Amino acid sequence: MTEETMLGQAAIETEDHGDTVRDKRAWRKLMDSLLKDKSAFFGVVILFFVVVTAILAPVLAPFSPHEQLLSRNLRPPMWSDGQSIFILGTDHLGRDFLSRLIYGTRISLIVGFFAVFLTGSFGLLVGLISGYFGGKVDFFLMRLVDLVLSFPFILLALATIAIVGPSLTVLILVMSMRIWVIYARVVRGEVLSLREQEFVQAARSIGGSHIRIIFYHILPNVLPPVIIIASLYLGRMIIIEAGLSFLGLGVPPPTPTWGGLLSDGKVHLYTAWWVVTFPGVAITLTVLGANLVGDWLRNVLDPRLKSM
Amino acid sequence: MGSYAVKRLIQAIFLLKLVMVVVFLLLHMTGDPVTVMLETDATLEDIAEMKKLMGFDQPLWVQYWRFFKNALQGNFGDSIEHGEPAMGLVLERLPATIEMALGAFMFAVVIGIPFGCLAAFKEGSLYDRGCVGITVLIQAIPDFWLAIMLIMFFSVFLGMLPSFGRGGWQHFIMPAFAASTYHLARLARLMRSQMLEVMRQDYIVTARAKGLDEKIILMVHALKNSAIPIVTVLGLDLGILLGGTVIIEVVFAWPGVGRLVIQAISSRDFPVVQSAVFLMASGFVLINLTVDLVYAYLDPRISYK
Repeated sequence: MTEETMLGQAAIETEDHGDTVRDKRAWRKLMDSLLKDKSAFFGVVILFFVVVTAILAPVLAPFSPHEQLLSRNLRPPMWSDGQSIFILGTDHLGRDFLSRLIYGTRISLIVGFFAVFLTGSFGLLVGLISGYFGGKVDFFLMRLVDLVLSFPFILLALATIAIVGPSLTVLILVMSMRIWVIYARVVRGEVLSLREQEFVQAARSIGGSHIRIIFYHILPNVLPPVIIIASLYLGRMIIIEAGLSFLGLGVPPPTPTWGGLLSDGKVHLYTAWWVVTFPGVAITLTVLGANLVGDWLRNVLDPRLKSM
Repeated sequence: MGSYAVKRLIQAIFLLKLVMVVVFLLLHMTGDPVTVMLETDATLEDIAEMKKLMGFDQPLWVQYWRFFKNALQGNFGDSIEHGEPAMGLVLERLPATIEMALGAFMFAVVIGIPFGCLAAFKEGSLYDRGCVGITVLIQAIPDFWLAIMLIMFFSVFLGMLPSFGRGGWQHFIMPAFAASTYHLARLARLMRSQMLEVMRQDYIVTARAKGLDEKIILMVHALKNSAIPIVTVLGLDLGILLGGTVIIEVVFAWPGVGRLVIQAISSRDFPVVQSAVFLMASGFVLINLTVDLVYAYLDPRISYK
């Protein structure tokens, strides 16, 4: 018996509770595949730890991330000189490096998640409208997409931040300028084929409004690719945030960010290896976790999107 | 093919016009371009003088028309910092950026494609799994951090390679490699999945069935047919590399356009920023146009749509 017919029967057997049973089954299928896929499981574990670290930063950090003491600057990590009380050493202003790293998790995740959410919702909306209405609306929106795609993103982002001034909000908005296009294109493509399907035609023939058809009938069917792109781009967003902070165009100091830590540390490359090593490890692990989860979601939800 | 090319060309010209509007509006984003260009401690007279000098006291459409006419001649005004034509400064730095972008592109192609092919060819083997694992890891590493780690290892520990500046191949190898890694890994992954897809097609089975040599099947039948999506990605990658190696340029003090822009931003030298954004965006549009035309040539079905 195939999965679909099993689901179908389960739905029939329980009549009124069909939907919940179906949800439970889908959920269990997802969990089973997670337990089978070792790398996806690893990714989920990493992301879980990173999120917990961000939330519990004040509890986990052994020292204040801002407290400076120049007399103890650039102390090496605990294990390399054996007497330091700072697990990962200190930075050039004598601040505890581990605490700054822990607090840095917050900005990375906030920017990453917000940017992904913003781009996802905006791109989804544009894709839905463009694909559903077609014609002039579609032509105009797709030229807008072409325009955005034809800009060298980093240069434009730099120029915008330089003019408007760096802050958390500006950072999230600027990073979202480009990525929504990817959602818009994929969603539009899906909607183009969906709107010709029988269930949409049926909804239209019984007089369903555009809004109802778009949000009630089409939207649920385009959510899987949106979720997949979102999870695949979370890691990219975290890297871009770190890059902009590294260039001094991210969230302004003294707020600790991973990119900012690298930028501060770069000058001390020759004397203090830890200040340039650990932030990079933190970024890499987080992005790896996000990417592994993204790959897994894609494989489970929609293997057609392999080239993403 | 001919009418398709003309259509795409018209689109590209239209895009370039829009690019100009955006570049023009860049300075007007906060409302008053003078406050953007001057330091915060500028006096009222300074502001008034600057307004007059730059023509900001005139209506917006007059300003745009003048900007448009000048931009067509490649004139984006003089650099505030250096007093020379801004576009000239950017063009001066362009060869360095192109050099690094092409180098990175070369690394990505020369390493990424064969690795991806081989992984697909030996699907499921230890080599294949190793390749997939490494590419997944590489895609998670921020390129500028990798650049710092390369400097730490090859310049600080081993003292083999210079850590900054432009010169011979010794200067070039680390920045180009660091800039290539993300593209390299993506290309290898894409190549692998494309090859796997193609290898399952009927004509490959047929080729095998009639007893063709595996090498010929791989080189002639599979590689050629998996080329189309690869060409698109290659074009996009080249465009991204040309416009996006800013951070790597900064890390290695590479005298390219990206580093110039960062310097121009910190000294509020906006004619230079505008010139650079315009130049890079135009390059991007032209590369995309070329890619689309090559694509249509490789797959004739496209132009009939």
